[in-house]
Amino acid sequence: MQNRIRQAFPQYAAISPFFILFAIFGAFPVLFSIWISFHSWDGIGPMKWVGLEQYSYLLGDPTFWKAIGNTMIIWVLSTVPMLLLALVIANALHNATRFRTFYRIAYFIPNVTSVVAVTLVFGSIFSNNFGLLNAFLQSIGLGKIEWLTQPWGIKIAIATIVTWRWVGYNAIIYLAGLQAISADVYEAAKMDGASPRQTFWRITVPMLRPVILFTAVTSTIGGLQIFTESRVLFGDTSNIGGPGDAGMTIVSYLYQSAFIKNQFGYGAAIGWALFIVIVLFSIINWRLIGGSDDERLTSRAKRRAERKIAVQKAADVQEKELADVR
Amino acid sequence: MSVERLRTLVGHVVLMLGVAVSLFPFYWMVVMASNTTPDIFSYPPKLLIGSHLFENMGKVLDNVDFFGSMLLTLITAVSVTVLVLFFDSLAAFAFAKYQFPGQKVLFGLLLATFMIPAQLSLVPQFVTLAEFGWIGSLKALIIPGAANAFGIFWMRQYAAGAIPDELISAAKVDGASFFRQYLSVGLPVLRPGLAFLGIFTFINVWNDYLWPLIVMTDPNRLTLQVALDQLNGLYNTDYSMVMAGALMSVIPLIGVFLIGARSFIADLAAGAMKS
Repeated sequence: MQNRIRQAFPQYAAISPFFILFAIFGAFPVLFSIWISFHSWDGIGPMKWVGLEQYSYLLGDPTFWKAIGNTMIIWVLSTVPMLLLALVIANALHNATRFRTFYRIAYFIPNVTSVVAVTLVFGSIFSNNFGLLNAFLQSIGLGKIEWLTQPWGIKIAIATIVTWRWVGYNAIIYLAGLQAISADVYEAAKMDGASPRQTFWRITVPMLRPVILFTAVTSTIGGLQIFTESRVLFGDTSNIGGPGDAGMTIVSYLYQSAFIKNQFGYGAAIGWALFIVIVLFSIINWRLIGGSDDERLTSRAKRRAERKIAVQKAADVQEKELADVR
Repeated sequence: MSVERLRTLVGHVVLMLGVAVSLFPFYWMVVMASNTTPDIFSYPPKLLIGSHLFENMGKVLDNVDFFGSMLLTLITAVSVTVLVLFFDSLAAFAFAKYQFPGQKVLFGLLLATFMIPAQLSLVPQFVTLAEFGWIGSLKALIIPGAANAFGIFWMRQYAAGAIPDELISAAKVDGASFFRQYLSVGLPVLRPGLAFLGIFTFINVWNDYLWPLIVMTDPNRLTLQVALDQLNGLYNTDYSMVMAGALMSVIPLIGVFLIGARSFIADLAAGAMKS
């Protein structure tokens, strides 16, 4: 064994940079953040032990709950239309035989463009007084909407930016999933006389389930960490969440607590709250979309067993009746 | 017209509409960057490209050290990309093509690190780097990201299928050391995979905002994204200048993307399918 380890020295050396870097900049900070979250600390002065006080304050902090609520709303407003649109686009891309490369590049470009630049552009489009969107609404006879002041307007603006950046990315991934479905399946459906709509909902969507799960999980993790959009939209360190904190996300609140107000202990506690929220949502995604194969197998087996028992019972009853008659 | 052809046509119309939505903000960015701020804010707004682009770009250069920031960002993005390509492909090569004690456990550990959100360690990471005295220096931007789990995982999947075992055996017979095998057998085969990981890493580092915002505390040494944000914060009224800055920051990146776009998109989708 020792010899084998010594022989494998080059391989250990090859994989060591990642593990060394992870130990210093990943594992250690995570453990350290537990320690920090038990303290009151401004990052410079001495750390003062407060036990679980940061966490109990967190649970009763209205701004924290507001940040969670905002993040959830923005997440739903962006993820649902984003994944549905991506599915539609991927389906259209799959059927298109011409201009494929052009379409793919055009749909993917938003994703490689920096969030800061994109947010600046959208910020001007949504601008209350002189924005393109309000100019358009006015020109067709509808009134202006104060997008960047109203709580819902702010969330819609942020969700629009997120959706715009990520629809193409998800569509490309769905497209790869669609291309992996064998043509035989579609052929069989056609033979059975399935309509295009039936084919889409009964074959395409179920076969895409693993890919949909992948995009749902990544969108959840990304969506719960939204920060840059609202930070740049309101570009103001004294009012980071925008008017009425309507654009304050969990990460915005973490950033504000730790790096503007210098409450490092509280910032660390918010980090752990974020971690728990992400884990919870990943589990929900898994349950809703993934549903383990074992589970389905067992439920099917259960149903089969129940049917058998019912048949058996019916047979028993019959036999009994027959016996009674006799 | 047959039903089939009508459906194809409808498909293209839908896709073209999507392309228009996808590309419009870029057009709008150019419109705003090439008009004056009063023109942008007039009603009805100007919808066509104007003639003040270079004037607005000049104002950007007057107000922030644009090229300094771009150089800083370029150095960071290139350094991180080179380091990530080297460390990740080396580790991936070892994981994919060799057996050594603890290999499975170590790879499982690597996958487990995916689960940790970056923001969880934001505060302690900052404190750690402050302890090292790295805050404000390029080291804080480059070293922590020099190797990553995503790249190793992705390259390992790629290497496992792409590198023939016979080539490695042959190199071993020739007495090549592990590193020699990596250089002469691994790297040439991995080149397409490296191209994808390279573009992906470069774009991510170039666009990163939160981490540079926290660690680059010297106002004279900001990355492009943070500088751009500052431009917006300081001169809230001069929109056309801010847009000119946004345009200037976006162009090099789109260039990098377009160079390798076709295979990049295909590789990204393939990676998502494997995981």
